[in-house]
Amino acid sequence: MIPGEPLIRWDWIASHTDELALRLVEHVELTVIAVSVGLIVAFALSLLILRLPRLEAPVTWVTGTLYTIPSLALFALLIPYTGLTIVTAEIGLVSYTLLILIRNIVHGIRSVPADVREAAIGMGYTPRQMLRHIELPLALAVIIAGVRIATISTIGLVTVTALIGQGGFGYLILIGIQRFFSTELIAGAFLSVALAIAADGLLVLVQRRLTPWAHVV
Amino acid sequence: MTLFVDVVKWFFDPAHYQGADAVQTRVVEHLELSGAALIAGALIAVPIGLALGHTGRFAFLAVNVANIGRAIPSLALIALGLPVAFALQLGLGFWPTLFALVPLAIPPILTNTYVAVRGVSRDSVEAARGMGFSELGLLGRVELPLALPIILSGTRTAAVNVVATATLGALVAGGGLGRYIVDGLALQEYDRLFAGAMLVALLAIVVEIAFGKLERIAVSPGIQRESAAF
Repeated sequence: MIPGEPLIRWDWIASHTDELALRLVEHVELTVIAVSVGLIVAFALSLLILRLPRLEAPVTWVTGTLYTIPSLALFALLIPYTGLTIVTAEIGLVSYTLLILIRNIVHGIRSVPADVREAAIGMGYTPRQMLRHIELPLALAVIIAGVRIATISTIGLVTVTALIGQGGFGYLILIGIQRFFSTELIAGAFLSVALAIAADGLLVLVQRRLTPWAHVV
Repeated sequence: MTLFVDVVKWFFDPAHYQGADAVQTRVVEHLELSGAALIAGALIAVPIGLALGHTGRFAFLAVNVANIGRAIPSLALIALGLPVAFALQLGLGFWPTLFALVPLAIPPILTNTYVAVRGVSRDSVEAARGMGFSELGLLGRVELPLALPIILSGTRTAAVNVVATATLGALVAGGGLGRYIVDGLALQEYDRLFAGAMLVALLAIVVEIAFGKLERIAVSPGIQRESAAF
């Protein structure tokens, strides 16, 4: 970008490992909070939908609309209220996880075979026990598939939060753009993608460990 | 509440409908950029998807390219468009954003085209072969029309993503509605920021709904009758 400047200056990377580590921690923190809170909210809403199916359409509509709103716009709409804070970032990031997570949780629990359910009822399971010991374990593979998609998208979206003063690796990208410094920009982009791939791999391992009976990855 | 009043005032201020920063100019810029990226993306993705779907080769690649696309952060794409545009001496603004948006548009269209063509019932394909369709005729007159609704559904996903990410083009001195958000942030003018965000959100929702309509219209008349009969 600057004439005579190499695309990647390895010496800059070597001398900035501390900062890269700091951005990694930030990025992971923002992602873990978003996906965890998203999972809790999505779980509560999913149980509500399973109990009251007429809520499914309105919840899908609201989460679908949230999902459609571009991330920068959603953050911008929140700034007058919650400022340039981690709260603004997390409200946006959590909103984007809901559509995918709710769809997978509801679909996963609904696809538990009817005869399995009947067998459980016949064995005297209460609805709570059924959810905990029958439905959730059987739905786990589908739920984790949703968590994988939500995690990958969140890791990508975290980079946008650099514009509201957060950002993890996104901060490196933004500074790289502002200073026309390709090394920092490429390092930020590369590390963000690498983190997404690593997180996805980790979740695949978690899924295999939790659902050893499911051969489909 | 004062913010709400400020934003309403912003929308009614005639100054915001004049000159280079006018609302209508920014909307047109946004749509031009998104449209160009979507058309370029579709021109690349649809033929590849059709070819892979028709032959059934590289299934793993065709199905997974959408997931890989999701992992690449849009901010990084915008950033990486910059060195490409500089290398080609195309400057800031439109081109780096376009270079970022095209790869964003390709994955959902490619994956959906592949899946849609693979999903065309083997009976229809065999019947067409029996009637003496050439491979190209089969692709163009049987597989493509039957696959069209799912291809358009992928195009809708791509369109919404592209419209959303075109906002970030303002970071690399591009036009479009992102200008209001980026400038509003920089100048701490919350009315401009909020108005811009509302316009972007509205545009994305309108695009989503419009493509949804298009999808329903695109269902082949034969299938429409068939599903109506059941």
